[in-house]
Amino acid sequence: MSGRVVATLRRVGLSLLGPAIAVAVAMAISAVVIALIGEDPLEALEVMVDLGETPRAEVQSIVVIFNRAIPLFLSGLAVSIAFRMGLFNIGVEGQYRLATLVAAAAGAAVVLPAPLHVLFVIVVAMAVGAGWAGIAAVLKVTRGVSEVISSIMLNAIALGLAAYLVVGPFRGSAETASIVSTTPLPESAHVPPLTGLLTGLGLAEPRSELFGFLVIALVVGVLVAVLLARTRFGFDLRATGLSPSAASASGVNARTMTVKAMLLSGAVAGLVGLPQLLGSTYVYSTEFTAGLGFTGIAVALLGRNNPLGIAVAALLFAFLDRAALPLQSIDIPSSVVTIIQGTIVLSVVIANEVARRLARRSAEREAAAVTGAPPDPGSGSAPGNGPDGTQRVGATLPETTEPRA
Amino acid sequence: MRGARMGKTGLRATALLLAGSLALVGCASDDDGGDDGGNGGGDGELRIGLAYDAVGRGDRSFNDSAYAGAQAAVDQLGGEVQEFTPNEDGSDRAEGLANLAEQGYNPVIAVGFAYDETIAEVAADFPDTTFAQVDGANELPDGTSKGDNVTGLLFAEEEGSFLAGVAAALKSPTGHIGFIGGVESPLIQKFEAGYVAGATAVNPAIRIDVQYISPAGDFSGFNAPDRAEDLADVMYGDGAEVVFHAAGGSGTGVFAAAVTAGKLAIGVDSDQYNTVDDEAQKAVIMTSMLKRVDNAVEAFITEFEAGDVQGGTDVLNDLSTEGIALSTTGGQIDDIQTQIADYTQQIVDGEIEIPTTP
Repeated sequence: MSGRVVATLRRVGLSLLGPAIAVAVAMAISAVVIALIGEDPLEALEVMVDLGETPRAEVQSIVVIFNRAIPLFLSGLAVSIAFRMGLFNIGVEGQYRLATLVAAAAGAAVVLPAPLHVLFVIVVAMAVGAGWAGIAAVLKVTRGVSEVISSIMLNAIALGLAAYLVVGPFRGSAETASIVSTTPLPESAHVPPLTGLLTGLGLAEPRSELFGFLVIALVVGVLVAVLLARTRFGFDLRATGLSPSAASASGVNARTMTVKAMLLSGAVAGLVGLPQLLGSTYVYSTEFTAGLGFTGIAVALLGRNNPLGIAVAALLFAFLDRAALPLQSIDIPSSVVTIIQGTIVLSVVIANEVARRLARRSAEREAAAVTGAPPDPGSGSAPGNGPDGTQRVGATLPETTEPRA
Repeated sequence: MRGARMGKTGLRATALLLAGSLALVGCASDDDGGDDGGNGGGDGELRIGLAYDAVGRGDRSFNDSAYAGAQAAVDQLGGEVQEFTPNEDGSDRAEGLANLAEQGYNPVIAVGFAYDETIAEVAADFPDTTFAQVDGANELPDGTSKGDNVTGLLFAEEEGSFLAGVAAALKSPTGHIGFIGGVESPLIQKFEAGYVAGATAVNPAIRIDVQYISPAGDFSGFNAPDRAEDLADVMYGDGAEVVFHAAGGSGTGVFAAAVTAGKLAIGVDSDQYNTVDDEAQKAVIMTSMLKRVDNAVEAFITEFEAGDVQGGTDVLNDLSTEGIALSTTGGQIDDIQTQIADYTQQIVDGEIEIPTTP
């Protein structure tokens, strides 16, 4: 009994090694970069973790971090659903841009009571996102077109289409306006902010509003987690991701699963722009935040395709993004943050692989000690699992973690 | 068997990664001790906050020009400039602007129309701070004001572009010129409209090829010299003799194409004859349509320091204030100065109405 506890502890320790090495390596590389440009890395760290001098400034920083993390979480979630199935949905970018635009225009065109209006916008956005992702799915199952290629191409088309639509038929802004946008959504389509919740908790009132979409994002996160971990559909999806041939042999229709996974991924992608649309801008414009779909790929990778992990990864990215502001006050360019984010993702991916190999070796030694058999010479290079992030398109995914109860 | 164990390890690793990252974030939020000090402000010294458009300083164009203006003001009046560059997707513009105001920088100058959406709400939060926005009017498109503490620093781009069109038409014996815009947005269309009007005023039968690098909403067109070069190559190949670009950082691609074709190009915003390093490119830059963001920024800061800023209004920089002009460095338009001066006079006198949309 105690032997098992020790073994578990060792395994836990070894697993902890991954993220620990990753964070240490990322910190070290970033420190070198900061030192190379002639600034003090320690001062930089101090500034980054300082959320503000007054309680109000601190709460404001937290609101900024959460407001940034919510879309990143949704984006990472969308990418991860496809990842789990072995599909690389790079098209989240195009899916959310187009979905947000159409939802903004459709939402402004209808008159509905408040909760229904919000629901209507959400449904439209999810449908458009799913539909756009569905094109890549259909191309893959009917013509064998790699979803990597088609979703990249569809991104370009979505951007062009969105530009045409917002300047053309969906234009709601005045001819003279520098920023072209849709007609603003009426009050009934606004998602009320959660700022009251913060002040209710006895915190100082921040300058900005906390997106009410946080609640919806959490619900979506839980739903996706349950769907993937607890349902037949989720099992089939993960099984197909781990081994398409094995899943196929056990009666899973790989084609149907591909289409379903892409549709689901696209539907979640459709939500990415909504926290901002329904919580602050109320219009889709030519200045609408772009690039969330690409950052989502890094977030999904960092969160190892697990909804909880993605939430933490999104928060970490948002935390680093906010740090770009105070860093500039001490004359460190904001691109340092981009470097930190990049090195963290790389280090996590590499460190996970190192930790996994160590854990494996340890487990094998243990098994060898029990059975007296020599350790498996083929250790450390398990097939069908490439946590180094190298994509073997359509066959494996970077990291398929098995969420278990 | 192996798969199952792998899965378990994977799960544990994930859980621990989460725990580790949570701890990291946790530490971060808990540590609020760091007292920076020295940022108090309020000692009467001029402290300017400068919030850039995407990319930030080093664009050899718009942002650099704004910085030059702020720096010139500081050289005259003393004080300091604190800069802010938004992140890649521009999502932290509001927060960056608010941060400058919160730290006591005053005035706070936002560069670019992209701040339209954010400056109004930030200005309302900081009524005691004086704001200015380059390329953004005080009035929002829906007719409401951005606030009494916001001054719009506007430019009559169509006037300078009109003169660029005049110069291009005069330098094109065959009557074939081109225009390359960075992003097909209302601001850049203003350049196009003025350019076309100027060229047709000189030569009503002139052929003008118009191309944009990226559609509205996709800002890559301001930073894509390769695509600009492709477009310009085609234009010169078709017989265009002068190409005017309003494409920010993509402009170097147009100059490169002009060098290859042995034809002429017109720069934008700053005197690009001075911003390019390559002698061959200097030779093809016939003139540049100057948009003196530096002068506008410097003038605003000087006025602020003198206590003369009214707020709630716009300052229009045009040909009459010399906020807009054509550069003459390199001497390639010296021979047509009479005609250009003539058109300038007509514009200043209001005899020529220049459209702002194509």
